[in-house]
Amino acid sequence: MSLGGPYYLTLAAVLFTIGGVGLLLRRNVLVMFMCVELMLNAVNLTLVTFSRMLNDIGGQSLVFFVLVVAAAEVVVGLGIIVAIFRRRKGATADDLHILKG
Amino acid sequence: MSGVAAAAAPVLAAAHPGPGFPLLTTLVLIPAGGAVVIAALPRARQRLIEVLGVAFSVAVLGFAVFVAVRFRVGDGGFQMVSQHSWITQFGISWKLGIDGISLFLVLMCGVLFPVALLGGRVRSNPKGFVAWMLLLECACLGSFLALDLFLFFLFFELTLVPTYFIIGGWGHERRGNAALKFFLYTFLGSAVMLVGLLTVVYLHQRSTGHLTFDLVTLSATQPFSSTVGIVLFLAFMAAFAVKAPIFPLHTWSPPAYTEAPAAGSVILAAVMAKIGSYGIVRFDFELFPKAAAQLAPTMLTLAAIGILYGAVVAAAQRDLKRMVAYSSLTNLGFIVLGTFAITTQGVSGGVLQMLNHGLFTAALFLLIGFIYERRKTWQTNDLGGLQKAAPIMAGVFTVAMMASIGLPGLNGFVGEFLILIGTFLSHRWWAVAATIGVIFAAIYLLWAFQRVFHGRTTGPNLHIPDLSWRERAVVAPLILAIVFLGVYPRPVLDRITPSVNRLVSHVEHGSTYRQPAVAKGSSAVPVSASVPAPAPGAP
Amino acid sequence: MLHYAYIIPLLPLAGAVLLAFFGKRLGNPLAGWFATLLVAASFVVGVFVFLDLLHRASSNRSFDQTIVTWIPVGGLQIKAALLVDQLSITMVLFVTAVSALIHLYSIGYMHRDPQFSKFFVYLNLFVFSMLILVMADNFVLTFLGWEGVGACSYWLVAFWFDRDSAASAGKKAFIVNRIGDFGFLIAMFLIFSTVGTLSYSGVFGAVGSIGPTTLTAITLLLFLGAVGKSAQIPLFIWLPDAMEGPTPVSALIHAATMVTAGVYLMARVSPLLSHTASSLNVVAIVGLATAFLAATSACAQGDIKRGLAYSTISQLGYMFLAVGTGAYVAAIFLMITHAFYKALLFLGAGSVMHGLHDEQDMSRMGGLRKFMPVTAGTFIVAWLAIAGVPPFSGFFSKGDVLMNAYARSPALYAFGLLTALLTAYYLGRIVFLTFYGPERWRTSGPEEVLPHESPAVMLVPLVILAIGSLAAGVIDLPYANLDYLARWLDPLFGSAERVLTFSTGAKDAFEVADGVVAVTGALLAGGLWLRRWQRPRLTPVFFQRAWWVDWAYDTFIARPSTALANFSAYVFDNEVIDGVVNGTATLVRDSGTRLRRLQTGYVRNYALAIATGAALVLAYVASRVGS
Repeated sequence: MSLGGPYYLTLAAVLFTIGGVGLLLRRNVLVMFMCVELMLNAVNLTLVTFSRMLNDIGGQSLVFFVLVVAAAEVVVGLGIIVAIFRRRKGATADDLHILKG
Repeated sequence: MSGVAAAAAPVLAAAHPGPGFPLLTTLVLIPAGGAVVIAALPRARQRLIEVLGVAFSVAVLGFAVFVAVRFRVGDGGFQMVSQHSWITQFGISWKLGIDGISLFLVLMCGVLFPVALLGGRVRSNPKGFVAWMLLLECACLGSFLALDLFLFFLFFELTLVPTYFIIGGWGHERRGNAALKFFLYTFLGSAVMLVGLLTVVYLHQRSTGHLTFDLVTLSATQPFSSTVGIVLFLAFMAAFAVKAPIFPLHTWSPPAYTEAPAAGSVILAAVMAKIGSYGIVRFDFELFPKAAAQLAPTMLTLAAIGILYGAVVAAAQRDLKRMVAYSSLTNLGFIVLGTFAITTQGVSGGVLQMLNHGLFTAALFLLIGFIYERRKTWQTNDLGGLQKAAPIMAGVFTVAMMASIGLPGLNGFVGEFLILIGTFLSHRWWAVAATIGVIFAAIYLLWAFQRVFHGRTTGPNLHIPDLSWRERAVVAPLILAIVFLGVYPRPVLDRITPSVNRLVSHVEHGSTYRQPAVAKGSSAVPVSASVPAPAPGAP
Repeated sequence: MLHYAYIIPLLPLAGAVLLAFFGKRLGNPLAGWFATLLVAASFVVGVFVFLDLLHRASSNRSFDQTIVTWIPVGGLQIKAALLVDQLSITMVLFVTAVSALIHLYSIGYMHRDPQFSKFFVYLNLFVFSMLILVMADNFVLTFLGWEGVGACSYWLVAFWFDRDSAASAGKKAFIVNRIGDFGFLIAMFLIFSTVGTLSYSGVFGAVGSIGPTTLTAITLLLFLGAVGKSAQIPLFIWLPDAMEGPTPVSALIHAATMVTAGVYLMARVSPLLSHTASSLNVVAIVGLATAFLAATSACAQGDIKRGLAYSTISQLGYMFLAVGTGAYVAAIFLMITHAFYKALLFLGAGSVMHGLHDEQDMSRMGGLRKFMPVTAGTFIVAWLAIAGVPPFSGFFSKGDVLMNAYARSPALYAFGLLTALLTAYYLGRIVFLTFYGPERWRTSGPEEVLPHESPAVMLVPLVILAIGSLAAGVIDLPYANLDYLARWLDPLFGSAERVLTFSTGAKDAFEVADGVVAVTGALLAGGLWLRRWQRPRLTPVFFQRAWWVDWAYDTFIARPSTALANFSAYVFDNEVIDGVVNGTATLVRDSGTRLRRLQTGYVRNYALAIATGAALVLAYVASRVGS
């Protein structure tokens, strides 16, 4: 038994929306970061699904790129977050607007 | 005997570069090498750095003289061309060449850099200063010699960086502003030129299928309508008009000349301004002869306005450096006027005046620098009666000033006269307007001279020392050249004229313009000059 | 000997160069003697060249010597070439002769000046430039000399540069002359564009191919140059101010030689001038008007040198009157005799000043003849010469001019005669105020000054010049076979020269009239000024200020120009042109300031923007796919 492609795609869309809304609404940097991860993986899921549906390996290989990039991004991003938390306590994302023009 | 000669031959061949030797490439690379060497030296070895800087620039001068000696008189084309393919995919090559128009600018460059380094020494961090100056010399020489549009653009832009740092690093009180304005203004102009440059290359490729940045190849065909030609002409002009400067794009120059250290002012006014006027002759005329002929009245008008306007504004200045800056606007106006007259005399005069103006303006800026070293000011209100304490300085200033006024016997006259007579032949009324500028030149320069050197000597002006031997040695070559070129300009004119003739006939070939027969003198002179002194009606 | 003509200008040039470098070492007075010697040597060479020419047939007296090609560009081939002919050699002789005497005089006059050797550098340079001016074989080289004498005049007038008035006067002289040079330059351009050459022989040979309007334009433009250099209306204003220079300079440059360059130029281009009647009329009228205006101004001057300066202007006007009536020989004749007596007048004035501690104001002179007999005697000779009292030189030269004026138009003659009367009168006034009457210098100064006669080195030139003033008339007597100068110059002016057709009796009548007028003027001056030294009604401010011309320049030209310059520099350039440049920069900066509000710094704002953007792109794609 196997579920059809549309189910996976719907799941991916739901995950992406959760991630997007979370990114927009939450203030905690860590949670926002997790939301980003969620969106990335939602896209990964889409890629894999289409790859399966269209019988094209290209989609799956692209996922590896995304994974690698996401991993690298986590490293950099977490590093920045740790650095921020060392300097100030319990900062939310809105406190960090020193890049305001 | 022959054995000795045979043994000496290889040595001589090594010492005297043969025909295959890339003379011009070496000329451009010597100062760049010098800059690298000086950058590698420790900051503390100030004396060594200064000596080395002068040594490198003198080496350039020696090489430039060598080039001038090897230059074939009577040949209007490019000589000593050295070409190496560089970025072949885009048709870009390292191509240098020299003709009568660039020859004397290169020589002037060779003379003025050692003079500026000796006469405008800086107190703080000479290492950076000397290194930037040498890099600037490389960029200036490259601009005068490049025959590849891309290469020229590279050198043209490269001049900005050292100049920016020289003004910003060693300038006077308001140097930051001046440097920024200078950089942005000229940079904007060259951005426009870059677009024009790429369009020319693109259009050429589209019509011939051959991608190249080579000036000579590009100028042989003009594959565009006259409207497009005018737009492209103006795109190039944007860069050159700012650099020269031509009215009304001049307002960066007074602050830049004023705030720059003495050596910087010398190079800015004497050498870099000429890159602008040289660019007009070399690129605008070569690439767009038709547009040049069509736009000549407009450009002549701007030049004439620049001549009169610069003189009027100069007359009101109480700041010596600003006064010379506006007088440069006037002089560059004369140069552009002669160029756009498109007659043999006008263009030759314009090219000659590039050299002349370089020499006397350099002398004036150096002298103002010497005054500043003594009195820490160049405001005429604080000066006065300097001739009493420093008669030699006053004398040298007088010579440079009179050259700028256009006193016959000094170099300024020859250039000015040729420009005006050449302009009169093709565009009579512009020449008449510009001649009024000759009156004005006397007004603002004599006025400034009176304020600074004449009158009662008071206060700190009483005890300033006269020119030291070092200072005299620095200005002596300039004064000698000013006098020599005024008395015997022939060696220079004989080399300039063939190239100018080639250029004028290039314009005639590419447009409907024809220069008056009198200018060429080959025909249509009504009366042979060999008729003896007539005695009309004498028995 | 002709081939050595180049030595004539070379000697003073060598003197100037050598003295510039070694003058200080030669010192005072050796530098002066050296300079004098070189100019005298120049004169001697000139005499030899003259004798050589004299032995040739009159049609064979023109000789061209090319030294080097100066400016060769395309059709423009300008040579540094000397033209030796009757006119140039005549000029050479009187220029070097007068110069040598004034050099000699200067050794005495300048002996206490700290810049002694520099003075002679300038003087020698001046003589060189003047000689180039008169010997050049083309317009451009003449212009070199023309500007050279102008520059030397600038340096010499401003010689005592620590006086602001001297510095300003030098500057004014140069600038006013530049206005004239404008005419000279444009004339050269016009000539070249019409004929294709600038050598005198080439241009004069092609005179037939020049259209009448062009010819008039050329000659009037050249005349503008002459008006500047020779201080005629409306550019005469620099000459009275130029009296700020040392007196030998006033004598040499601003009386005898440089200011006559304009007359020389007009004589040189006589082949052009004679073809255009309208230009000739302009020259004659301007000359006569200047002569009259300057003569009236000279009547009211209190400063001895300014009085002489206006006198010079007036005499130059006479020369232009002669040129304008086609009497070139008379113009040259007057120029030569004028060089003698005007140089003498200035040197005499200098001698007075020398003996009176640089006093120039005639109201503080008087009775000096007892203290300076030689100066007074020679000065009086000069007065009688310039007044035209027979048989002094001015009698013949001025008579010649007036006779030619009459032949052209009796009106010119009448005005000329009136001016002659004034001339005799105002110089008489100067003589009586200076050498006769009460000794006003006794009470004027804080300390007693005792006038003294000048040293021999100054008196010798005075005496020689006095002999010249007395006797120079013999070179061109108005009777057949005695007009040596006219015959020597003969084929040069050719048909340009007016031929007088008066009978001997008519000539005698003219001579008598001239003599009577001169004597009347002199007697008038004696009657009015011998006993009294103040007559305000005879010296109105209007004449003192030279008809307010200088004031008019100042008010209507100088001040508005200064205002215009200040406006251009500080308002137009700074605010308008640079305003546009800075405005562009401000525009960029302001738009940036506005736009930067968009950058809130909040991550979620950016994320929202990204999401919105993505949604819009999606919507666009979807709509395109759908249709």
